[in-house]
Amino acid sequence: MKKAHIFGIVIIAIAIMVIVSTIGDSSTYTTFTVAQNMAQDGNKEAIHVVGQLTKDPQGKVVGIQSGRDMVSFSFTMIDNDGKTETVFYNEPMPQDFARSEQVVVIGSYKNQEQFIADKILLKCPSKYKEEQTI
Amino acid sequence: MINTFIGNLGHFLTVFAFITSLVATFAYFKATNANELKKNEWLKNGRWAFSLHTLSIVGVFATLFAIVSGNYFEYHYAWSHSSIHLPWYYMLSAMWEGQEGSFLIWMVWNALLGMVLIFTNKSWEGPLMAVFALVQAYLASMILGTVIGNMQIGMSPFALMRDAMDAPIFQSNPDFIPEDGSGLNPLLQSYWMVIHPPILFLGFATTLIPFAYAVAALWTKRYRDWVRPALPWTLFSAAILGLGILLGAYWAYETLNFGGYWNWDPVENASYVPWLVLVAAIHTMIVFKKNHTALKSSLGLCIAGFVLIVYSTFLTRSGILGNASVHSFTDLGLSGQLLIYLAAFTLGGFGIFLYRWKDLPVEQDEPSVYSREFWIFIGATTLCLMGFQVIIPTSIPVWNAIVEAFGGISNVALPTDQVAFYSKFQLWFAVAIALLSGTGQFFYWKKMDSKKLWDALTVPFLITLVSSGAIILLYPVAQLSYIALLTAAVYCLSANGTILFNLIRKSPKLSGGAVTHIGMALMLIGILFSAGYSNVVSLNQSGMPIFKDAADEKFDQENIVLWINRNRPMENYQLNYKGRRLEVMGMPNYVDHNLLSTTGNERKRVAKTELAYDGKTYFNQGDTVEVHPENIYFEVDYTDQKGEKFTLYPRAQVNPNMGMVISPDIKRGFNRDLYTHVTAFITPDQEAEWSAAKSFEAKMGAQFIVNDFVCRFDSLITLPSVGGMSLGPNDVAVQAKIQIFDSERSYFAEPIFLIKGNQVGKIPEVIEDLGIKLSLANIKPEEGIFVFEAQTTQKDYIVLKALEKPFINVLWIGTLLVMIGFGIATNRRYREFKNLRDRNAINDSKKVTAKTEI
Repeated sequence: MKKAHIFGIVIIAIAIMVIVSTIGDSSTYTTFTVAQNMAQDGNKEAIHVVGQLTKDPQGKVVGIQSGRDMVSFSFTMIDNDGKTETVFYNEPMPQDFARSEQVVVIGSYKNQEQFIADKILLKCPSKYKEEQTI
Repeated sequence: MINTFIGNLGHFLTVFAFITSLVATFAYFKATNANELKKNEWLKNGRWAFSLHTLSIVGVFATLFAIVSGNYFEYHYAWSHSSIHLPWYYMLSAMWEGQEGSFLIWMVWNALLGMVLIFTNKSWEGPLMAVFALVQAYLASMILGTVIGNMQIGMSPFALMRDAMDAPIFQSNPDFIPEDGSGLNPLLQSYWMVIHPPILFLGFATTLIPFAYAVAALWTKRYRDWVRPALPWTLFSAAILGLGILLGAYWAYETLNFGGYWNWDPVENASYVPWLVLVAAIHTMIVFKKNHTALKSSLGLCIAGFVLIVYSTFLTRSGILGNASVHSFTDLGLSGQLLIYLAAFTLGGFGIFLYRWKDLPVEQDEPSVYSREFWIFIGATTLCLMGFQVIIPTSIPVWNAIVEAFGGISNVALPTDQVAFYSKFQLWFAVAIALLSGTGQFFYWKKMDSKKLWDALTVPFLITLVSSGAIILLYPVAQLSYIALLTAAVYCLSANGTILFNLIRKSPKLSGGAVTHIGMALMLIGILFSAGYSNVVSLNQSGMPIFKDAADEKFDQENIVLWINRNRPMENYQLNYKGRRLEVMGMPNYVDHNLLSTTGNERKRVAKTELAYDGKTYFNQGDTVEVHPENIYFEVDYTDQKGEKFTLYPRAQVNPNMGMVISPDIKRGFNRDLYTHVTAFITPDQEAEWSAAKSFEAKMGAQFIVNDFVCRFDSLITLPSVGGMSLGPNDVAVQAKIQIFDSERSYFAEPIFLIKGNQVGKIPEVIEDLGIKLSLANIKPEEGIFVFEAQTTQKDYIVLKALEKPFINVLWIGTLLVMIGFGIATNRRYREFKNLRDRNAINDSKKVTAKTEI
């Protein structure tokens, strides 16, 4: 066998390893119900839940509660299955939070009752479509 | 009145730039495929078109800057990214905040680089500039803002507010101009954000040069000539792109509070991968220059570098990362256009590569294990695998989108602990890179066989064993992966150090490689210690939870509460929180907020006393000063065990539009940084809960105690007027002066008692720091007794988190060396190119003279 072949095989092996590990370590986008079931089974692994902030009929965001001197807060969120849950976040409210059209929380039910987010990702409306009052 | 001229001018210039870039593409295309006779004519046309294009692109940039810096808030771009109070340099940051502005700076760089290429390399001008002009046409289309049928092509930064927004005000009054812009994101109000984006985009722009050379080589079949002119630019590109990435990392370290400089966010990864590929390309190009092997990999990598830049642009701007990145991206509606752009350059670049594949010259010889080519090639492959390992997970959202486009369901998310996930691979790749670059350099400079190799490696081996062994035992480094990385990095350092030592006397111009590799080894060591051994020093040893409603124990363990003016030990320091400070324009230091009284205007304060710093008076009592009201700086004094003192000012920005932003302050030390930020404080919008009022009767000079503080009633003055309100002949206004003593300093409270007409008024004084509200409630003149009322609340405090980052300076020093090394190498390769070019030019002119003589 030529050196080039051995070299090629090693590269392919590493590439496969990388892909397998990516699949193994990747998380999933899921719902609160799945996250709750996971927590009940003792699985504390963090998952992604996609949803929206709860809004009143006027379209105003409701359910945001700042705790601990504004440097942490909790809010209510409806996931894509329509389930509403309170999420606690141990960091200041991210910029443009209330304006987001979609929220992704990454975390788990650490104490069975409340979803604790380790990280929050926001999808904000396009600047050109915003209807901000001047 | 709305100034429509300036926007129309900008828009016209954009359209003109787009058209001239198309003309230039066409002319240069014709020039490349034309015969000798017509060639020059077409080249001339191309040159004209591209020069006009460059002028108009610079004009577009200048126009947009005029709109932003001139506060033309009738334009949406100025309104949404800037505000009146922004200093001019942040107006630049405001330019790059929007996607349109960042496309624009990218185009400006491309245009200027294109001009440089026109002037420096005539022999490649045709095909090279055809590629350049085509890329410019694509980029210019991104800011065109033209609607053809139902298709929106590009987003113009010159849109007026009334066209861009659906607000009702514009229906009733189309000439309405907002008084102020909505402002620049406070996170971007940093010096680093003035220079990071232009440098990063210069890096982006320079990756086009190796790509253009590779395509030009394939197009004109000049497979052997392209590497010499392309190599200096590839080195330059790697240097600038690397610098741009690191400036971003440095900004994150200074401004964001996640406690580090690199977070493996998809956006960061998207620029890291092309950089790795570019560095791999440099290595294969050097191999090609030596012995004409590695041509295919050089071509492929140069093409891949630019395609990955386009891919990263697609990732970050199409909104596809919306569910995957902490950076909130907005899709301007250009994702379709971006996709076309990505597809065109991927298919075009790799298409021509595959089309010519059979035609490319092949070297049959298998490189020996003792040849430098073998080692460099393995190094380049490792760099590519490193990039592969990052790009695969980063592209997960793209896989999801592809599956969904075909009707499937895919809900794969990025790994939750990204830092751990990427580090576990990248660390071992880095070990391999360090070992290879240590060993490879020896092969590079000498013909090697096994005996010579071992002779050459003896010294570096011994140095490595002794020094890394010592560090491992003394520090101590216990984790196996860290031991491996440290040893490999020290080996790389000593091997390249040996080479540099030998080179520096004989030919310092050739030392670029050695210096770059030394810098890289130092960076690895810096990263290893600052990230791997970053530790929390603000440990709460009181055993008491910080807040009653605390949700997690970690917060209670890793943060400490600092009450105002009270000492508190933290690891090797005594800490004392001195209170809140404000930035006053024209003052070099931060000013105690107690020295400033508020006015109706948030940005204006009145100095209660003279404001001086370092013996110099900046403002007198009663002067009105301007402040940045949203920035609160928390002054924290530190005293270390030797009694040395320093002060840190971690910051909080409370911005009604943007939310709360916490920024650290860092004490830079020779061998470690102390990184501190607040994790909780009393925010300005929190309503204080005042206790029930308590009365005190006091004569002048008497003392009483409020909230555990001693208060002394010093004097009483009669006021001629109160807050600009004049007093009648029967009205009285008096102000009591009370000094309140805390352990190290005292505060002054000056409540006012007022009789106007037959009404009695009290204007209390609030000392926020101490949580005291004092008012003068009554005066009994016969007895000389004054009645004070005191209410109390929580006195001021902050919750602080502090981390130590060991040897982070080694990372920055390494970065600097990498830049210097790239600089030396760029200079050397550019000279090589220039010498050959000038020699060829002389030969050509000789040929011409010879012909005419015949």
